[in-house]
Amino acid sequence: MGELSNQLMALTVLAYLTAMVCYAGEYAFGRRSLIGKAATRPARQLVGAGAAVDEVVEPVVKAPAKVDRGEWSGRIAAAVNVLALALHAGTLVTRGIAAERMPWGNMYEYILSATFVGSAVWVGVLLRRPALRHLGLFASLALVVLLGAADLLAYTAPAPLVPALHSYWFFVHVSTIIISSGIFLIGAVPAAMFLVKSGYDRGKRSFPYTLGKRVPASAATLERLTFRLHAFAFPLFTFGALIAGPLWAEASWGRYWGWDPKEVWAFISWVVYAAYLHARATPSVKRSVATWIALFGFVTMLMNLFGVNLFFEGLHSYANAG
Amino acid sequence: MTIVEERPATAEVPPPRRPNPLWTLLRNSWRQLTSMRTALVLLFLLAVAAIPGSYFPQYAVNRERVSQYYTAHPQLAPWVERLGGFDVFASPWFAAIYLLLFTSLIGCVLPRLRDHVRALRTVPPDAPKRMDRLPQHAPATARPEDPAAAAESLARMLRRKMFRTRVVELPDGGFSVAAEKGYLKETGNLLFHFALLAVLIGVGFGHWYGWHGNRLLVAGADQGFCNSITQYDDSALGPRVTAADLPKFCLRMTDFEATYQSTGQAKSFLATVEVKEGSGAYRKASFTVNDPLRLHHANVHLIGQGYAPVLRYTDRYGVSQEKVVAFLPVDGMQTSEGVAQFPDVNIDPATNKRDDQLQVGFEGVYLPTGGTDGSATSKFPAENNPVLYLAAYRGNLGLDVGKTGSVYALDRGQINSGALKKVSGERPYVLRPGETLTLDDGTKLEFVGTRQFATLSIRYDPTQSLLLVGAVLGLIGLMLSLFGHRRRVWFRVLPANGQETGGSVIEAGGLPRTDYPGFAAEFAALTRPAAEDGHAEEGTP
Ligand code: HEM
Repeated sequence: MGELSNQLMALTVLAYLTAMVCYAGEYAFGRRSLIGKAATRPARQLVGAGAAVDEVVEPVVKAPAKVDRGEWSGRIAAAVNVLALALHAGTLVTRGIAAERMPWGNMYEYILSATFVGSAVWVGVLLRRPALRHLGLFASLALVVLLGAADLLAYTAPAPLVPALHSYWFFVHVSTIIISSGIFLIGAVPAAMFLVKSGYDRGKRSFPYTLGKRVPASAATLERLTFRLHAFAFPLFTFGALIAGPLWAEASWGRYWGWDPKEVWAFISWVVYAAYLHARATPSVKRSVATWIALFGFVTMLMNLFGVNLFFEGLHSYANAG
Repeated sequence: MTIVEERPATAEVPPPRRPNPLWTLLRNSWRQLTSMRTALVLLFLLAVAAIPGSYFPQYAVNRERVSQYYTAHPQLAPWVERLGGFDVFASPWFAAIYLLLFTSLIGCVLPRLRDHVRALRTVPPDAPKRMDRLPQHAPATARPEDPAAAAESLARMLRRKMFRTRVVELPDGGFSVAAEKGYLKETGNLLFHFALLAVLIGVGFGHWYGWHGNRLLVAGADQGFCNSITQYDDSALGPRVTAADLPKFCLRMTDFEATYQSTGQAKSFLATVEVKEGSGAYRKASFTVNDPLRLHHANVHLIGQGYAPVLRYTDRYGVSQEKVVAFLPVDGMQTSEGVAQFPDVNIDPATNKRDDQLQVGFEGVYLPTGGTDGSATSKFPAENNPVLYLAAYRGNLGLDVGKTGSVYALDRGQINSGALKKVSGERPYVLRPGETLTLDDGTKLEFVGTRQFATLSIRYDPTQSLLLVGAVLGLIGLMLSLFGHRRRVWFRVLPANGQETGGSVIEAGGLPRTDYPGFAAEFAALTRPAAEDGHAEEGTP
């Protein structure tokens, strides 16, 4: 089972990579007007991708306009993205079976799970708002990099849990943090795109901003999506890191909070995301400034996922890299 | 989420006297400090200030790491120390940031609380004259009911939907229905910020009135201890706690069970103890990792474990002494290091004087599962093939000088100065349980066996449960604040053709007071019954 999981993992990364290439193809070949048109016809192309269609889909009366290479590339990308998500799920399930427990016992599994949540949220967004399909390039890029790093830097053979992790708080604490981290991570994609798009709209024409040319979603939509994702993840993270975590730490180590490096960085991320919500609620702070803070939060999350495990030593035993 | 809150403008009558410049400065600084932007900057500073706390080893986390840092960076370390780098979260600059932040918070939430209480008691305001200027507007439509009935049914519908609603009769025979909803958003937001304050104060009190100690407890009735400062290997009392305040209890460990995977990874631990609280009798209890022993005003946490060899030394005069000495594990397989020191041996029964040259010490490694390759590392953490490697020393152990030396190593100074001499050969003695070694002077050491020990962390934090309540309330407040939406809806019901019976004309308007994308849809749903032909504009999601 462990072997199977590793092979599925390789396939998952490969699938995200393929999706990424196809998304890039859409960028390269897509004609803006067509994408714009396709964007107003929600979810139609995903029916072809074999994905579930949710209630937002409106019946399309007219046949879709002539589909060019870029459009095809985008459709294939979305389909491959869904396949990658399925493979990702398979990797996790087989991993869990191999270890005979939830696959959240060490850093490798933790990243695997958090990226899965991020990817699932992204596919959910894709299904509801096909106009945002262009973000797929960045979403899949982020997933490839994170998963690749997990595999190269943090791989650990499946094994049962150490006694410190035998606790139902393990389940509550780790699952909520994984879900919220996943959403925060994926939230950085619309955040970055908002900055690119709004920069482009203001007339900036240097490198990252040129990407904004082909983003059909409006800057305001991207900004709102960024906020919605962060506002959803923030209370969940608050619960996981600042309530369930201390409860477990109290039972296990005797103190609810001890400024162990993992705890320090969870605190930092929490404060930074709180600052983001604040900035967004402050009328005198520009939305682009607020969004930069959200991206800064993303950096602190990365630090928590990788940096803390690799640079510092702490009590969080699952934090030890393979 | 933008604040569209219109604060009741404090009518500032210019003072007749020239304002005191100091007062102006103070007032302006206070305004500055309690602004959202300052809060933002302070939040950011707080995050940045926490970073060194993860980079430098912290006294509060691991003292040993700090000494290691001193050895590795002898020049830099004193500077880091001076700047509070080894105790970031108790340093004055960290405190300065969070105290400013919380002052700003108080200055911010108190006026907001006052305004909110005021808002909760005031009725929704009248509709603006031109409702078509509002973000949501439903143009006037005719209805068959007469105005009073129509207004009444609208108000009922709004109240059912939890809007706070007020109906006012207009001078021209029409009615105005004003409704507002979403007060919980601000309530939640205030709850959240007050909970933050409560948590900070709770943490402070916990620090003042809490205490903790660490203790290594070897199994056996003879090794028990009672709760008092002197019984701890190390301890820390909060500033408001004295040694006499510690609760009375005694503990002795009767059994310790550990199970392992075949890889050597630990699977489970279980410590069984007898505990006596106050003047009660001993009762049995057991606890494990993640499941502490909870006593009255003290929790006993299991944080580590290991082996304590039992050694019996028989001196030149045939007098025996037995010691149980804990060896500290140095790796995951429980390779353990330790010493057994016998200062009060070889006392001549004729003179009853101790000879400082004839004290004995043993230093070595204990392997619960020794290998066949003779290497000094254990192969497995359970005792499958226990073996003890010991070197023997004789001379002055240097224990009486009043120095606090380690109980896990011999005094290197004594060895280097030649006061303590190694009397075993190049190779250490190899002992298995039950075996005895004989030293060059004919004295003997028997390796009787081993006992398990547990390392315990014993703690009390009086505000812990209150903090939990505060954190949960804060979370509830946060969710109300983030997901709530404050909005107002108005209906103006006018008599059709200016007559009080025979139908009415209804116009509606809506104002979301926070960024609320779903408002259009909600407004459409609210106004649908008002518009007879059922036409309502589709909400943009
Ligand atoms: C102690 C540090 C603080 C933290 C962690 C914090 C956190 C937060 C969070 C997470 C929100 C988002 C909730 C929402 O958007 O509805 C929020 C909202 C808010 N905070 Fe704070 N805050 C802090 C201090 C302050 C201070 C000092 C002020 C006043 C200057 C303040 C004023 C506000 C206001 C007015 C809102 C409401 C924004 C809105 O309309 O939604 N906060 N705070």
